[in-house]
Amino acid sequence: MHRIRIVHKEWLVALGFLAPSLIGFLLFYVLPFGQSVLLSFQDRFDQHPTLMNYAELLQSSSFRKAAANSLLFTGISVPIIVILSLAIALMLNKRVFGRRAMRTAYVLPLVVPVASLVLLWQILFDWNGTINAVCSHFGLERVDWMQSDAAMWVVILMYVWKNLGYNVILFLAGLQNIPEQYYEIANLEGASPLRKLFGITFVYLTPTTFLVLLMSVVNSFKVFRETYLVAGAYPHDRIYMLQHYMNNMFLSLDIEKLSAAATLMAAAVLILVFVLFRVERAFRSFME
Amino acid sequence: MKHTQSFIFALIRTVLLGFIAAAVLSPVLLAIVHSLMTEREILANYGTLGKTNTSMFVNLKLIPDKVSFEQYYRVLIATPAFLQMFWNSVGLVVPIIVGQVIAATLASFAFARLRFPGRDALFFVYLITMMMPFQVTLVPNYMMVDRLGLMNTREAIILPGIFSAFGVFLLRQFMLHIHSAYMEAAKIDGAGYGRIFASIVLPMVKPGIAALVILLFVDYWNMVEQPLIFLQDAVLQPLSVFLSVIQQDMLGISFAASVVYMIPIVLLFLSAEHYLIEGIQLSGVKG
Repeated sequence: MHRIRIVHKEWLVALGFLAPSLIGFLLFYVLPFGQSVLLSFQDRFDQHPTLMNYAELLQSSSFRKAAANSLLFTGISVPIIVILSLAIALMLNKRVFGRRAMRTAYVLPLVVPVASLVLLWQILFDWNGTINAVCSHFGLERVDWMQSDAAMWVVILMYVWKNLGYNVILFLAGLQNIPEQYYEIANLEGASPLRKLFGITFVYLTPTTFLVLLMSVVNSFKVFRETYLVAGAYPHDRIYMLQHYMNNMFLSLDIEKLSAAATLMAAAVLILVFVLFRVERAFRSFME
Repeated sequence: MKHTQSFIFALIRTVLLGFIAAAVLSPVLLAIVHSLMTEREILANYGTLGKTNTSMFVNLKLIPDKVSFEQYYRVLIATPAFLQMFWNSVGLVVPIIVGQVIAATLASFAFARLRFPGRDALFFVYLITMMMPFQVTLVPNYMMVDRLGLMNTREAIILPGIFSAFGVFLLRQFMLHIHSAYMEAAKIDGAGYGRIFASIVLPMVKPGIAALVILLFVDYWNMVEQPLIFLQDAVLQPLSVFLSVIQQDMLGISFAASVVYMIPIVLLFLSAEHYLIEGIQLSGVKG
């Protein structure tokens, strides 16, 4: 009897602590999101339930282009940044001079205001920009970088530059959590550096790698801000992402179709997170 | 022999990492250098930026002809709109940070340290919401803001900002790392949950709060999407939006403008860098 009373009380206390956050969270995110999902199944004119919005969406060539671009961008940029940041973290974890200063340098882009970055980006990649100046110096044709097929690579570079430090720090923390003894034992057994890297480091870094993957995917969605500032609402075809599509849908007040797009994207994120969790769990039990 | 070899490897790593670090830092350094040039120098070297009707290349300069604070004067004193926008930014960012820190510390204590039915499921909802791109939560936000009659007010941005899920996620990770022995001891001494929260958890989670403040500051100081959608009035726009506009029309002063814009963030970052790194690290340790 006494125990039940305590459990009951803890539940009430928790509710008290949760209330301020939960009320706002439900009000501004959860409830309206539910409403927007409902809206996505409604006919624009007579409110009848329908799948028309989804059908129209999937037939729209600009939606398909945007979805393909987003997928391609995340698919290319995430592996690049994960590998690069892992390599840097591995090096930083060994003996290096000025490690602290270097760590600061890598994290700083995270806090550099987007707007200041955009200007320098233009100086480099503009039609009259520095990279073209260098190219033409060596007798190469100049390229309008943001208006060419190379535009996606420019955006990938921007993404890697900005988010590298965040991932490096996550990996560094993961590396420091691997017990030193494992390496000592491997040394006694005469294991080669490569063997130690694959047999110990990568294995025990799995949970960290999982988290870095997750954060990198989230951050790859946020690159819209930079792209938008550099190239506007209608950038070159190769960097026209889902976010551009949804933004423009919003400005043309096509709320039902936009809701359908948002629901699809949310579902995609949900599936991705779910799969990643599953893969990680399977991988971990396989290791054990 | 072995010692020399390891020294050489350390040197190679340092040079390699230093090279990447320099590349990573160059945009910041370039902005500072350019902010010390005169408007005339900027326009002479970069005037052809964004113009397709000319084939004149811009001339990337690393050292100003003459160090000048003319741009700073123009930005801070001769352009009243700039300071107006600066305060607009502050007026949006500060309430969001204060509100989210309060709401999130309370909620994350419940998630990390109390038991209640549906806890993990509810936390998963927070986590998923945190991962959604802005454009997905845009419609829900917009509908609620519209219904509450907040359109074209600062609250349209502040309220959703306060309740974004990130703070709950980050601080929960911190609280999971507080040893439960502290809480048990306090309970035995007869402390209630309010007391435990205020005098044990809160002081121990200070680094987490510092990390949250920096990360929120960066995110909202840089916001572009929200003001463009929720604020129609030009006088309400924050600096982040204003800066992206003046780049086309007022190239001559935009470098100093970006440096001024950068200063609060960089100062905050340098003064609490330690907490930030700890914060990111702990958010990486799964609970």
